[in-house]
Amino acid sequence: MSDTSGAALRGSQETPAVDNSRRVFLTQATTAVGALGAAFAAVPFIASWSPSERARALGAPVDVDVSKLEPGQMVTLTWRKQAIYVVHRTPEMIASLAGFDGQLKDPGSKASEQPTYATNVSRAARDQFLVVVGNCTHLGCLPKARFEKAQPDLGADWPGGFFCPCHGSRFDLAGRVFQGSPASVNLRIPPYSFSNDSTLIIGKDDAVQGAA
Amino acid sequence: MGGHSNEAGPARTGFTGWLNKRLPVDAFVKGSMTEYYAPKNFNIWYFFGSLALLVLVMQLITGVFLTMHYKVGEATAFDSVEYIMREVPYGWLLRYLHSTGASAFFIVVYLHMFRAMLYGSYKAPRELLWLFGMVIYLALMAEAFMGYVLPWGNMSFWGAQVIVNLFGTIPVIGPGLVEWIRGDYGIADSTLNRFFSLHVVAVPLVLLLLVALHLVALHETGSNNPDGIEIKDNKDAKGNPVDGIAFHPYYTIKDVFGVGVFLTLFCIVVFFMPTFGGIFLEKPNFEVANAMSTPDHIAPVWYFTPFYAILRAVPDQQLGALAMALSLVCLVLLPWLDRSPVRSIRYRGWMWKTALTLFVISFVTLGYLGLMPPSPLYTTLARICSVVYFAFFVLMPIYTRLDPVKPVPARLTSDHE
Repeated sequence: MSDTSGAALRGSQETPAVDNSRRVFLTQATTAVGALGAAFAAVPFIASWSPSERARALGAPVDVDVSKLEPGQMVTLTWRKQAIYVVHRTPEMIASLAGFDGQLKDPGSKASEQPTYATNVSRAARDQFLVVVGNCTHLGCLPKARFEKAQPDLGADWPGGFFCPCHGSRFDLAGRVFQGSPASVNLRIPPYSFSNDSTLIIGKDDAVQGAA
Repeated sequence: MGGHSNEAGPARTGFTGWLNKRLPVDAFVKGSMTEYYAPKNFNIWYFFGSLALLVLVMQLITGVFLTMHYKVGEATAFDSVEYIMREVPYGWLLRYLHSTGASAFFIVVYLHMFRAMLYGSYKAPRELLWLFGMVIYLALMAEAFMGYVLPWGNMSFWGAQVIVNLFGTIPVIGPGLVEWIRGDYGIADSTLNRFFSLHVVAVPLVLLLLVALHLVALHETGSNNPDGIEIKDNKDAKGNPVDGIAFHPYYTIKDVFGVGVFLTLFCIVVFFMPTFGGIFLEKPNFEVANAMSTPDHIAPVWYFTPFYAILRAVPDQQLGALAMALSLVCLVLLPWLDRSPVRSIRYRGWMWKTALTLFVISFVTLGYLGLMPPSPLYTTLARICSVVYFAFFVLMPIYTRLDPVKPVPARLTSDHE
């Protein structure tokens, strides 16, 4: 800066009128651009918390051999860090699913999360195999298998199902939640399909092809 | 504040003179210690602020040393904690100081908050002081929760599962938010790693900043006192409060005594009952995290249980989480809910005394119920206590206005008249 301009300013008798609206506009425009820049700069930091490529790859479908699962038995496996319960239901178990809709919060699974092929009463593509995400829809604990009917702690009319020890949610043998449970919706059904009579593939169906 | 008299004091020479021209050491000591006037009638309830500061420093120091031996990661975390307990010289002491310190922190903070409720310390002009305190409390809850996850025991894992899933109850964004917090489809290595970073770096920095703001706000308004009277309304010729005494040496000496008593009790716990019967350190956490096995009974550490009991008392997932969040919001709003013309419980009427007693009973009962497994009787009790808890806050603008208060004296009274 040349010192003549400073001298000229100091020497001038009349200060030029300050255009306040111009100043306000410039301040606001600078603030807006700065805030926008800060918002864009925050994106990579926030995005870094999303599941990594490795975590996604490890979420690939898993195969289960269900031919060795006897009627009435349950097997627990892991898919995407969640417990998956596969229950081979007996004909009596399947028959017992009707008759207590009044005690259920969502008997028709209208508000619950499942693939379209599991919206039926048995909530399964094949009636004899129940495939559910074991983690309670309340806060993620693992409900215990309580398949025996009429248990002392669960009541004489207990039809068999799952009981969550954390907060006391109760589910029937199709993972449907009973009234009075803290959970609001039925246990989730993951996408699954059968590649043949004995192999169940969890995480893959006609809608979900291969690893997500 | 009497912080301006440093100009009138004798000029410092030598090194202190050199230093004070460059850094306002003398001015700071006078302004916030030797010529900072605090009410002369502080009682036992006024120990807990300085004790909270002591515990914060202890947690920072023990935390730094634990970080030197702890190995974050789902394959190494649990083993490294066992290594600290068995093989690092005095590692057991560092860890028990830190874990007992977490519980001690909440004990002194709860007593500190209760003091504010007893004497109306949150009322104008100290609303902002209360707000900073509440944000400290919330940051402390986040810090304690993430710290509890780090040993990667089975209760760490399932506690993280339950608490993180609370965010899943938020409509629309919930499920995506939960996945973002975890960084995986379940509680995983990525979750542990980010909790470590937050617990060790981010939240402690935020806590230190908030504590600084809390203290600056305190020194601006000055402390309240058991009578709930402004000592600044009665000043002597020099402009100092007649009912005030210098923070240093009077209250530093008092606080040092409090520190002695506190550390005695603290050390008894550290050396003789570090798990405190499964309340400070829960039994399932001596087992490594297992995504396929939920402990039979999940309870958070005791300092969260009142809010956890409210969560469980509501038979609906979203409303339960909402009730829990609101139970904390109520506390934040206290300065604006309380419409009483007097601050201290000494001059309030029977309505406030009854309400506060019921509140304390319901809060402590909820804390007990949150530790217990759910049962029909306990659920009913938890519902009653939750209603009392919320009624205390929701009805407060009404009963604090109707309450027959007593006349407030112009000068401080003494406890030892």
